[in-house]
Amino acid sequence: MEAGRSPNIEILANARLMALEGEAGGFTARVHQEPRFIDEDKCTACGTCTMYCPRPVVDLYNERLDITRAPHIDYPQAIPAVYYIDAKACLRVNYESCNLCAQTCTAKAIDFSQKPREHVLDVGAVVLAPGFGKIDPAVLARFGYGKHPDVVTSLEFERLTCASGPTEGHIVRLSDHKTPKKIAFLQCIGSRDETCGNGYCSSVCCMYAVKEASVAKEHEPDLDISIFFMDVRTQGKGFDESRERAEKKYGIRVIRARVPRVEEIDGRLALTWTDEDGTSRSELFDMVVLSVGLDAPEDARQIADLCGVELNKYDFCLTSAGSPLSTTRPGVFVAGAFQGPKDVPESVTQASGVASLASEELASARGTRTVSVMYPEEDLEIAKGPPRIGVFVCHCGVNIAGVVDVKAVRDYAADLGDVVLYEDPMYSCSQDALKNIARKIKENRLNRVVIAACSPRTHEPLFQETLRSVGVNPALVEMANIRDQCSWVHAQEPAEATQKAMDLVRMAVAKARHLEPLSLQMVSVIPRAVVLGGGAAGMSAALAIADQGFDCILVEKEGELGGNLRMLKWTLDGQDASAILANLVTRVQGHPRIRVMTNAVLENVTGFVGNFVSTIRTGDSNEEVRHGVCVIATGGMQYVPTGDMYGESPKVLTQLELEGRLSKGKGGLRGVNSVVMIQCVGSRGDGMNHCSRVCCTQAVKNALKIKEMKPETAVYVLYRDIRTFGFHEDLYSEARRKGVVFLRYEPEDRPQVLKAGNGLKVRAFDRLLGEYIEIPAGLVVLSTGIAPGENEALSRVVKAPLTPEGFFLEAHAKLRPVEVSVDGFYLCGLAHGPKSLDESIAQAKAAAAKAAIPLAKGEVPVTPLVSRVDQEKCIGCGICESLCPFHAIRLVKVDKRRKAETVTASCKACGICAAHCPTLAISMGGFTDEAIMAQIHAFSERCAS
Amino acid sequence: MTDKGKQGAVLVLGGGVAGVQSALDLADLGYYVYLVEKKASIGGVMAQLDKTFPTNDCSL
Repeated sequence: MEAGRSPNIEILANARLMALEGEAGGFTARVHQEPRFIDEDKCTACGTCTMYCPRPVVDLYNERLDITRAPHIDYPQAIPAVYYIDAKACLRVNYESCNLCAQTCTAKAIDFSQKPREHVLDVGAVVLAPGFGKIDPAVLARFGYGKHPDVVTSLEFERLTCASGPTEGHIVRLSDHKTPKKIAFLQCIGSRDETCGNGYCSSVCCMYAVKEASVAKEHEPDLDISIFFMDVRTQGKGFDESRERAEKKYGIRVIRARVPRVEEIDGRLALTWTDEDGTSRSELFDMVVLSVGLDAPEDARQIADLCGVELNKYDFCLTSAGSPLSTTRPGVFVAGAFQGPKDVPESVTQASGVASLASEELASARGTRTVSVMYPEEDLEIAKGPPRIGVFVCHCGVNIAGVVDVKAVRDYAADLGDVVLYEDPMYSCSQDALKNIARKIKENRLNRVVIAACSPRTHEPLFQETLRSVGVNPALVEMANIRDQCSWVHAQEPAEATQKAMDLVRMAVAKARHLEPLSLQMVSVIPRAVVLGGGAAGMSAALAIADQGFDCILVEKEGELGGNLRMLKWTLDGQDASAILANLVTRVQGHPRIRVMTNAVLENVTGFVGNFVSTIRTGDSNEEVRHGVCVIATGGMQYVPTGDMYGESPKVLTQLELEGRLSKGKGGLRGVNSVVMIQCVGSRGDGMNHCSRVCCTQAVKNALKIKEMKPETAVYVLYRDIRTFGFHEDLYSEARRKGVVFLRYEPEDRPQVLKAGNGLKVRAFDRLLGEYIEIPAGLVVLSTGIAPGENEALSRVVKAPLTPEGFFLEAHAKLRPVEVSVDGFYLCGLAHGPKSLDESIAQAKAAAAKAAIPLAKGEVPVTPLVSRVDQEKCIGCGICESLCPFHAIRLVKVDKRRKAETVTASCKACGICAAHCPTLAISMGGFTDEAIMAQIHAFSERCAS
Repeated sequence: MTDKGKQGAVLVLGGGVAGVQSALDLADLGYYVYLVEKKASIGGVMAQLDKTFPTNDCSL
């Protein structure tokens, strides 16, 4: 996580908000911070304090399944990477005794004189992201939790399956530490349960139960796992596919029932439930996992009172479909689970979305409070002289020195050629040690540095910065990983580990001799965005970018703005969709920074992030526009049904067509006494593979509308799983209360629409009766899914890949949900996958935030680690061009000959081109052939001697 | 301070995945961020997850 290294993010840990005064643009926040009793600048995270502390405390990070000591760190990669003392448990803090940790700490980091601090902060906006709370233990106790050790929560089970968890990934029963044979997952614990006050669905538990069950099967293939669902709600992008794999590949049993309680019989756990046909069943299991839902944060009311924002009836933050990330107080925004239960990608999306909202609010003050790190001017001469190498062999406390003979490795380095300085710092990454390294580089005019310590993946940037701080090119440092590769893996063979550390140091020194300075280039960014698609997502994205102070061109293929929103009458929470549409259109058309192009499509795009040239066709004319970034918001389409007498009978409609009729008032239902809705038309294997996510709530919403307009109408919903996730579950409960009949069908036994005299009837299987029934239908309403738009052509133009379903593929499903694999392109709305209006708007805001980052920075860095072509050696064969996955190397004419040339801004330094070049004409910065060969030769030196 | 008197800084309450992502994006967009977390380290619940679905990537 990069947050720990940004100079513009100040982490206040152990802290809480005490007051928030003022208004949007100018708030004053008071924050109270508890001491951690360990000096952040001195602590090297060695772990000695934990080792000596006599005071055991339960390890909350491992869900109380393990024990740690009063001074500890939650996990090795924690940020801040500093231990803290649990003040509640510490003997020194409470009784003025002990003090063992302070005496044993070699870094002298323990400081019991620390006092609580009060911060007064001037901020322009506030983002609330407090996450979610835990379900009341009393609810869990109903299922035997706390009474039977083998009833565990899903988060405890997650820690049990984790390789770094308390059992190192072995799944065991907590009662006898034996591997269980039969495990049951119980869904909806603390969710969809009005008896505990949580009527909503927690949205994530079905998917994580499927995940945990699948991971468990991978660890222990002989496990017998059953999951008790009411509905299988895996409506996320690609989730149904994983669920199917879990059922088919891992043989996980799906039981549709709610288990009321768990009883113990002879050390095993008895579950009793009622099947869909009404039969009562019971079975014994070895272990029961409770799929615990997400509650509102424990301090939700306190946060709401402090910040002056309203909550909904479940104590989550109140928002609306039109502005899903805004609280009731201007300038205070909300993201993540506090806005409503949600999974990681949606939380990450909302997080970027609120960044856009805050940035829109504060655009005039952008850059006024940020700091940038200044480095001294680079000494260009120093690298040119003969190598003067400094070697630093790190003890890493006992982490390396406990196994490897560090002093012997240091002395060994002394005898290697060109080494003019050799030292063995206790912790090379600590602030003191870094200052020492910097001073020694200067004093000894070092021009190459070798750090024998841990992984370059985590620590190389730190040492590169140290070189920069004294004017030495950052590419002149080389790391040897003697922790992971020596002391960790060869913990039992200290002599061999020491020998291997010597080998690695010798090789690093050999490579270091050949390191060359690499210059960091910056390319300026054209401060303009292109947004493709003028529907709800596209208009929201364009407005968000324009409100952040950047020009924007909105390209819409049809003659007017609005997209699918023009067909929608009500949002899922019952708001007037046409008012939201009108508001968006008016704001877009009146915005001085937005230029709207209608009847227009993107024909071609060239260039790279920051500098794109796009050809946009309007009618017969083409126009070239230059822009820095591009947002894809081209939308989706309504699936067109192919059966169910759609098109044959005027009494068969889609949900959107029904909405059109209902919006005309009661007359739309004249002569209609019963309405039958059929779910998953086109979705989940019925023409398309994916779940369309919104149709269940849409059907329930329209069913309620019918009941409201004409209560005597009979309404039936024939479904596979009712996926009214989140707060939409309230609508489902209300619909059942108002007499809407829900009947589940299996895909193999789909309901049939039949003629009945002048009217229609629907034949379906009733599980409770155990027989087929025929329902007379005044109207048959098909809940048609959302199909991808014409994405294929656009995908070819922008070179962005699609999913097998035909939606655009995001760069990373969890962590980069609104970026695509092509730098400078962002994604939102139905082009990404089916979603509701509020989700589209949130995602559009997120895409706008991401797109505005290069625009705000004004320049993008070109990593110095790029391929370079020696055009003298290049024979123009074109192998590199054909293999490059990023289109970052191309053939150009140089003096009438074909030669390869790197597009440095697009190059990701993967090295494929260099590896395949038949004439070795391509080298990678920092990994030249000479350096790597020298390293390999150095390896063989020991074998030869 | 600017002509409109707005502050170019944002307070983010909560150091879980949502809070951290907001903070990173805001810093990248040119704002100073105070990230307020009640626990001793940031990361929230996601740091406790073994793997994330469907890519099975490490969650850190």
